[in-house]
Amino acid sequence: MTIRSILFGAAAAALLFAAPASAAEGGHDDRPARLSWSFAGPFGMYDTAQLQRGFKVFKEVCSSCHSANFFYFRNLVQPGGPRFSEAQAKQIAAEYQITDGPNDSGDMFQRPGRLSDHWPAPFPNDQAARASNGGALPPDMSVLAKARSYHVGFPGFVTDAFIQYQEHGVDYIHALLTGYAEPPEGVHVQSGLHYNKYFPGNQIAMPAPLSDGQVEYTDGTPQTVDQYATDVSAFLMWMAEPHLDARKRIGFQVVIFLIVLSGLLYFTKKKVWSKVPH
Amino acid sequence: MAHTETSQKASRRDFLYIATGAVGAVGVAGMVWPFISQLQPDASVLALSTTEVDISPIAEGQIVTVQWRGKPIFISHRTKKEIEEAQKADLASMRDPQPDADRVKPGKDEWLVVIGICTHLGCVPLGHQGAYDGWFCPCHGSVYDTSGRIRQGPAPLNLALPPYAFTSDTKIVIG
Amino acid sequence: MEGHSTYQPKSKVAQWFESRLPIVGLVHSSAIAYPVPKNLNYFWTFGAILSFMLVVQIVSGVVLAMHYVAYAPVSFARVEHIMRDVDYGWLIRYIHANGASMFFIAVYIHIFRGLYYGSYKAPREVLWILGVIIYLLMMATAFMGYVLPWGQMSFWGATVITNLFSAIPVVGEVIVQWLWGGYSVGDPTLNRFFALHYLLPFMIAGVVGLHIWALHHVGQNNPDGIDVKSVSKDTVPFTPYATLKDVFATCVFLLFFCWFIFYIPNYLGHSDNYIPANPMSTPAHIVPEWYFLPFYAILRSIPDKLGGVLAMFAAIAVLAFLPWLDTSKVRSARYRPMYRIFFWIFAVVAVGLGYLGSQPSEGIYVIVSRIFTVYYFVHFLIILPLLGFVEKPKPLPASIADAVLARHAKGGATVVAGAAAPETK
Repeated sequence: MTIRSILFGAAAAALLFAAPASAAEGGHDDRPARLSWSFAGPFGMYDTAQLQRGFKVFKEVCSSCHSANFFYFRNLVQPGGPRFSEAQAKQIAAEYQITDGPNDSGDMFQRPGRLSDHWPAPFPNDQAARASNGGALPPDMSVLAKARSYHVGFPGFVTDAFIQYQEHGVDYIHALLTGYAEPPEGVHVQSGLHYNKYFPGNQIAMPAPLSDGQVEYTDGTPQTVDQYATDVSAFLMWMAEPHLDARKRIGFQVVIFLIVLSGLLYFTKKKVWSKVPH
Repeated sequence: MAHTETSQKASRRDFLYIATGAVGAVGVAGMVWPFISQLQPDASVLALSTTEVDISPIAEGQIVTVQWRGKPIFISHRTKKEIEEAQKADLASMRDPQPDADRVKPGKDEWLVVIGICTHLGCVPLGHQGAYDGWFCPCHGSVYDTSGRIRQGPAPLNLALPPYAFTSDTKIVIG
Repeated sequence: MEGHSTYQPKSKVAQWFESRLPIVGLVHSSAIAYPVPKNLNYFWTFGAILSFMLVVQIVSGVVLAMHYVAYAPVSFARVEHIMRDVDYGWLIRYIHANGASMFFIAVYIHIFRGLYYGSYKAPREVLWILGVIIYLLMMATAFMGYVLPWGQMSFWGATVITNLFSAIPVVGEVIVQWLWGGYSVGDPTLNRFFALHYLLPFMIAGVVGLHIWALHHVGQNNPDGIDVKSVSKDTVPFTPYATLKDVFATCVFLLFFCWFIFYIPNYLGHSDNYIPANPMSTPAHIVPEWYFLPFYAILRSIPDKLGGVLAMFAAIAVLAFLPWLDTSKVRSARYRPMYRIFFWIFAVVAVGLGYLGSQPSEGIYVIVSRIFTVYYFVHFLIILPLLGFVEKPKPLPASIADAVLARHAKGGATVVAGAAAPETK
C-alpha cells in the first residue's frame, strides 16, 4: 500500500465524479462573492473598528425585527469582540428596558438593562414576530452566520479544507443584503415578497433593509449599503463565533508545539529502531 | 553504530530522550488544562454579580434574606439595643475580634449586611436566636452576635461581609 | 496476553501484591514484553490512534455532559452556552464534534488496512467480528450524539433514521413509536438518546478490551501476512519499539485533528444544525454525517422502502461474514495480484458511494448509485469467494525476518514510503 497507489485511487475517484458534479452545477443561482474578511485564514482576527460599526448597523437596523437571544451586553466588553469599555457597554445596556420580576408583590416590572442581560428581543414570541412581519419569522441572529451557507460542490469543498475557507455564511449574508434587484423579465414576485438574487427561490419576505447614508459612521468609513452589509456581516460572524480570535491564536501555538514534538518523537523512534531491520 | 561508542554519542542520545519526554510532559499538561479550567464558574455566572435591594420596607428589628450569587444575604435593620450590644461587646473574649464599626458602613449603624452562611460548614444560621441575640446555626451550634461575630461554637470566623454600597438612603447594591 | 510474561517483581511489597493481583504482570506482558512483528508499517498504528481517540471522546464527552441539559426547549441554547460562556467550552465542544469524525477516519483506515492485508482470516475471525461490533456501536453512538445539539439536522436525522424501522412489516410503526417515546421525535427521544450516548462509549471500551485480548492471544497480522516463526528473529518487544512508533503516529494524527479543531471546526458539520430544531419544517437538503454517506447511498439506491433498509443493514452485516467469504489461503494483498486490483476497485466504489450519498437523489446519481451498490455486494458475495480458486498467489517469504531482509536488499524503498504515509493523509 504505497503512496502512489493511494494517490492513484484518489485521482481515479476524482475523475469519476468531477464530470457529473460540474454538469449539475450549471443551473445554480449566482454564488455569493467571496470577500476578503479580516478574520479569514489561519491568522485572521476580527477588526475591532469594523465590529463596532457592524454593531451600530445591527443595533439601529437589524435588531428592530431580529432577536439575538444568545448575545449578552457583557459580550460587548469581552476580548476578541467590539471591545467597548465597560462604561460604554453599561450605557448601551441601560438604553433598553428589560422586563424583570416578579417583585415582592408578584408583579413583573421594567428596569434598565444590565451587562448580564441578553439583547432584548423585539417581539415577545414567534407568533407576535410573524404577525408583525407579514407571516414570516425573522430568524434569531445569534448564530446566523454559522447557520447559513451555499453550495460549493466538487472540487471546491475539498480545496476549502486546505485553504481553511470557513466564511461561506458571512459571504452569503453580505450577498443577500446587497442582492436586492428588479426581478428579471417574466419572473412574477408574489405580493409581500421581494426579489433577491441570492435568497434560495429568489423571493424573500424581508424588504431591502439598508440604504445609503442610513447609519451614521463617525470614523469616515463610506456610508454605503455595501459597506454596511460588510460590517454587519462581520459583526454577525463575531456574534456567532465570539471566541474565534482565541481559537486561532491557541491553534497556532498548539500546531507549532505538535510539530516540534512530532519531530522529537520521530528522531527518538528512529534512534530506537536503528539497530533493528524492519 | 560503529565500535567507537563514545560518551558524547551517549549523551546526545540521552538528551534526545530527555527532551522528547520533557516536551511530551508539557504537552500533556497543556492538554489537561482546558479540562480543569472548564470547571470554573462560567461567564454567565460571573456576570450575575450585583443585586439591588430596596431596604425601605425593612422594619426596625427585622432581618431580611436576599439572594446574591446564589447565596443568602442577611440584611438586618438593628434596634438601638442591638447596636449598643454590638458596640459594647468585649473584643478580647472573641475568637475573631473585630469592632462593630468595621462591619457596617459609616453613619449606617442600623444596617448590618452579612453573608448568611455559617463559617463552620456552610449552613444558614437562624436569626434572632442564641445567647447573643444574633444568629444561631442549627447544624453544629455556632452562635453569632448582633454584629454577626462568632461568639460560641465550632465556627472559626465571623459571618463574612459582602461588597455592597448605599446608592441612596433606601437602596443598596450588593456586589 | 498470556504466555509472554517474564515479569518478576523485585521488591517484597511488589511480590506480595503481585501474588494477590497480577495486574503489573498483565500490563508488562501485554504492553511491554508483547512481541510485535518487526515488519509492521504505519497502518498498524491506527489501533493505538483509535484507543487514543476513544479516550479523547470519553473525556471531552463527560466534560460536555457537565454543562449540557437534555431537554428539548433548552438543549440548543445549552450547547451555545458551552460555546460562549464556559471556559474553553468552545474548544472542548469542537474537540468532541470533530473527534467523532477523526474517530471514523481512523476506523476506516483501520478497516481498510485489515481488508488489504487479510487480517480477518484464521485465526483472527473472532477478532474481526469484535471489530465489526465496535464499528456498529460507534455508528449508534455517533448518530445519537449528533441529535443532542437539537438543531435542524439533529432533529431530522433522528426522524429519518428512526423511521427506517417503520419499514419492518406489521410491527414497524409500533417499534418506531417505542423508539421515540411519543408520536414523533421529541423530548423523550432526546433524553433517551442522551442516556444511551453516555452509556455506549463505555460498552465500546468493553468490546475494545475483548478486541485487544483476542489480538494478543492470536498475535498481530503483518504486511506480509505470514505467521511469526521465531519470536527472537521475527519480532521486537512492544516497548519501546511499537510504543514509540504509536506515540509518534498519534502525534502526527493530532496535528491533522488540530487543523479541524482550530481552523475549520465547522467544515465537517452542516450549517443547518445551527438552526434550532423545528418539527414543522424540514431543511431543503438533508444529509447524514459524512461517515454514514456510503450506507445512505445504498439505502437510497433501492427503490423500495423495506428493500433499501435491508440492503443498508446487509452492507454492514456482510463484513461479519468476510472471514468465510474470502476463500484464499493467502492473507496479504502483497502476494495476491488479482485481489489487489479488486481491493482498489472496492475502495473507489466505497468512496464513490460516499460522494453519491451527499448528492441529491436524481438523474445520473441514481444510476451510478445502483451500479455501485450492486458492485459492493458482488465484491463480497461473488468476487471474493471465486478469487481464492482463480488467483495464483505469488510465493510467500519463508519468514518475516526473510521478508524484511529481502526488502532491505532492494534498497529500503518501502520503508521510506511507509514512514511517510501518515503525513500524506
